[in-house]
Amino acid sequence: MVSFKLNGAAVQVEVPERMPLLWVLRDELGLTGTKYGCGIAQCGACTVFYNGQAVRSCQIPASMLDGAEITTIEGLGTPEQPHPAQAAWIEHQVAQCGYCQSGQIMAAAGFLAMYPNPSDEQIDQVMSGNLCRCGTYPRIREAVKSAAVKLREPS
Amino acid sequence: MSTLAKLTRRGFLIGSATIAGGVAFGIYTVKKPHANPLLDGLGEGEVSFNPWIKIGSDGIVLITPHTDLGQGARSVQAALLAEELDLEFGQFRTEPGPPSAAYWNTASGGEGVPFTSHDRSLLAESMRGLVGSVIKVMGLQVTGGSSTVPDSFEKLLIAGASARETLKAAAARKFAVAHADLHTSDGNVLLPDGRQIAYVDLAAEAASIEPVRPKTLREPHRWRLIGKPMPRLDIVAKSTGTQVYGIDLRMEGMVHASLRTNPRQGGPMLRHDSSQAESMPGVSRVLELSNGIAVIADNTWNAIQAARAVEIEWGPAPYHPEMAEHWRELGESFVEARLDKEWRNDGDIAAALGGTGDVLELEYRAPYLAHAPLEPISAVVQVSEQRVDLWVSHQIPRFAQDLVSRMTGLPVEQVHLHNQYCGGSFGHRLEFENIRYATEIAMQLRGTPVKLTFSREEDFAHDFPRQIALCRARGRVRDGKLDALDLQIAAPSVITSQFSRIDMSAPSPDSQLAAGVWNTAYALPHMRVRAYRAPNLAPVSSWRSVGASTGGFFLESAIDEMIVAAGLDPMSERLRLCSEPLTRKVLEAVAELSGWGSKLGPNRGRGLALVESFGVPTAEVVEVTWTDRGIRIDKVYVVAEVGRVVDPVNFDNQVKGAVVWGLGHAMNCEITYADGIAQQTNYHAFEGMRLYQCPEIVVRGLENGDRIRGIGEPPVPPAAPALANAIFAATGMRLREMPFHKFIDFA
Repeated sequence: MVSFKLNGAAVQVEVPERMPLLWVLRDELGLTGTKYGCGIAQCGACTVFYNGQAVRSCQIPASMLDGAEITTIEGLGTPEQPHPAQAAWIEHQVAQCGYCQSGQIMAAAGFLAMYPNPSDEQIDQVMSGNLCRCGTYPRIREAVKSAAVKLREPS
Repeated sequence: MSTLAKLTRRGFLIGSATIAGGVAFGIYTVKKPHANPLLDGLGEGEVSFNPWIKIGSDGIVLITPHTDLGQGARSVQAALLAEELDLEFGQFRTEPGPPSAAYWNTASGGEGVPFTSHDRSLLAESMRGLVGSVIKVMGLQVTGGSSTVPDSFEKLLIAGASARETLKAAAARKFAVAHADLHTSDGNVLLPDGRQIAYVDLAAEAASIEPVRPKTLREPHRWRLIGKPMPRLDIVAKSTGTQVYGIDLRMEGMVHASLRTNPRQGGPMLRHDSSQAESMPGVSRVLELSNGIAVIADNTWNAIQAARAVEIEWGPAPYHPEMAEHWRELGESFVEARLDKEWRNDGDIAAALGGTGDVLELEYRAPYLAHAPLEPISAVVQVSEQRVDLWVSHQIPRFAQDLVSRMTGLPVEQVHLHNQYCGGSFGHRLEFENIRYATEIAMQLRGTPVKLTFSREEDFAHDFPRQIALCRARGRVRDGKLDALDLQIAAPSVITSQFSRIDMSAPSPDSQLAAGVWNTAYALPHMRVRAYRAPNLAPVSSWRSVGASTGGFFLESAIDEMIVAAGLDPMSERLRLCSEPLTRKVLEAVAELSGWGSKLGPNRGRGLALVESFGVPTAEVVEVTWTDRGIRIDKVYVVAEVGRVVDPVNFDNQVKGAVVWGLGHAMNCEITYADGIAQQTNYHAFEGMRLYQCPEIVVRGLENGDRIRGIGEPPVPPAAPALANAIFAATGMRLREMPFHKFIDFA
């Protein structure tokens, strides 16, 4: 039995120790916004915050969850009250198939919390960890920049 | 051009299908419309005027039968319906609708005929009509070949206009006013006295009225939606993690399954031992499949882990196991017995390439490539005594339905396919493996909904790849101009391979074998194009832009080498050779957009390529810098002629995505076989492009043509040759084989 905080609420699950957070979220807790893409930390579709850090949830075993604070795309913001990064993603109409975008947004939000005024090179470097097969990269760049502005000047 | 009579003549309702179709099926069969599939499922007080529109007291539903694969099909179809119906975004819901012959694709016949898109002769149009009538009689509902907008444009405008006029007729009757005095706006019929009657309040009245055929369609200057930026209907859900994809489905009593089947595609399973897997956590059963095993478990993770633990001995591949043999087989295919078709033979190629003088002898190679959409393939299937339910995303839903009907022995009407949103396709969802195996499992667990999820590794192993292809070209420059080109291609037939997997035979010749090549607008005095079919290769499938993805690289690399040999400017010589006015404008526009001819700095180069696929001539200029870390792609300029840009935002996004797709795979990717197994098992070995390599991309759509074309695929084929040509310009190094990273580093 592991107990942790998920999007601000306490949860408990009984799962094998090695079961990755990705599958705990998707199959045990029914939060499917976090996506399975590769299972080997190559694509970034499963990115969530683990104690405030953007991580690949496919690499976090359940044994590491006790006492942790986890934030998923569902906890970042909602359709009614999107996080500034989500608002920027909507404004720039980034998504095509959209399957990678939960992970892209989590990566961007995590990165902007640490680097509120990133250079183009920093954006390229950090966002290159997340694969998009549809090729929405030009719009991801624009959305990250505009999210940075939104976060610096909260309305 | 906006009267319905003219639209009809251009091919929507009857068109040339009657000319040729009359011969094949009898005019009645071809002209008869398919039944409206929505009529069966109407609720109390609901009305449907045609297969695309359903109105009830709880709202308006627009049916979007082209599958949304991420290309925005759902939104564009809804917008086309809403245009003439005078609905705003937010005033309707959308549904994919049931699989139905009523949604037969009116536009997918064009690519299959041996005439260029510019050929409007009676013969060419009749042949298109004939192919079209076969597709109609088959009721072939298909999303593919960049045909969603070409198929939908006129027919959905007409459907919207018809519904609007029928609602006006209902209001005229209900309020005893003249039809001609009524107007519509924002989902309401406006009465002469100023009252606004919501469409939903007219549904009951409209149900008893024969649908009205509109006399005209609106002139383009009256369009509210078409041509203006549209908000994608799914953009909020896809930006907040709330979009539900097929892989996300959960239902009462559902079990999770994962599988392993022979990675030597099509080979048998000889022996297996599942004793260890059966004792693993959460595992309820291990089932035998036709050439593999499936694990049933309480969650996806447990199912995938246990599937890996099954010990299996696989039989041999029904194709050459080693890569070198694939290339050898291709090399041995340039013989008369394997000639699929001579697509073009202008002038006297033998004479032009004979005698003394320099003949360029060139060979180009294009590898197998996986589709690898980011959502691994999955399906939920429930098989009961009386019905099958199938929740999956598919591009040919009626074929999927038919396959499941044959497997279960239940009639097609009892197979219910619920088409889902998916995390990309690029052609992968024209295949049936997920559906086939999910059905095999569900047949062994009758009554239980089964969600089958492929692990990424299984997805890669069973991703029927893009065709491998080999090109041999001979060219000659005479008097400083391009004079003769003999271009021969050997490749496996994608269409034959794909059709064989659903026990169908494919028409011959395969028009994709030389797509993007034979239909070139370049008029060389002597030009021959031949396509050869190579046997015994890995099973292959349609991959975004299909034949043109390899053919475009071959043609535009060979043309570029000849231009260099002649000492000419790549832009001016292509313009001189270009025989089609619409295509010329594409070249002129990309020259202007990219500032062609302006001076670039040291270690820089630009490359040009022009390829027509799916009726869309597309030109790209790639600019690169040769840095100390390798080639950096700085900028790409793209111009495409599509007749009409329906949504400028989605157009821009599709073009940029297609360029990233074309460049990324050309630079970085290949699928190779060893011991009959694809060696690339996950994204670490098959990345496509990552963001740091993505150039700035400048897009322009031209609207000079009178036919509306799709944009999902056409920008793919020119990307690879434009990059190779730019690398040559910057470095003097000519790359004749993809992926290019085998020969040069990329920054």
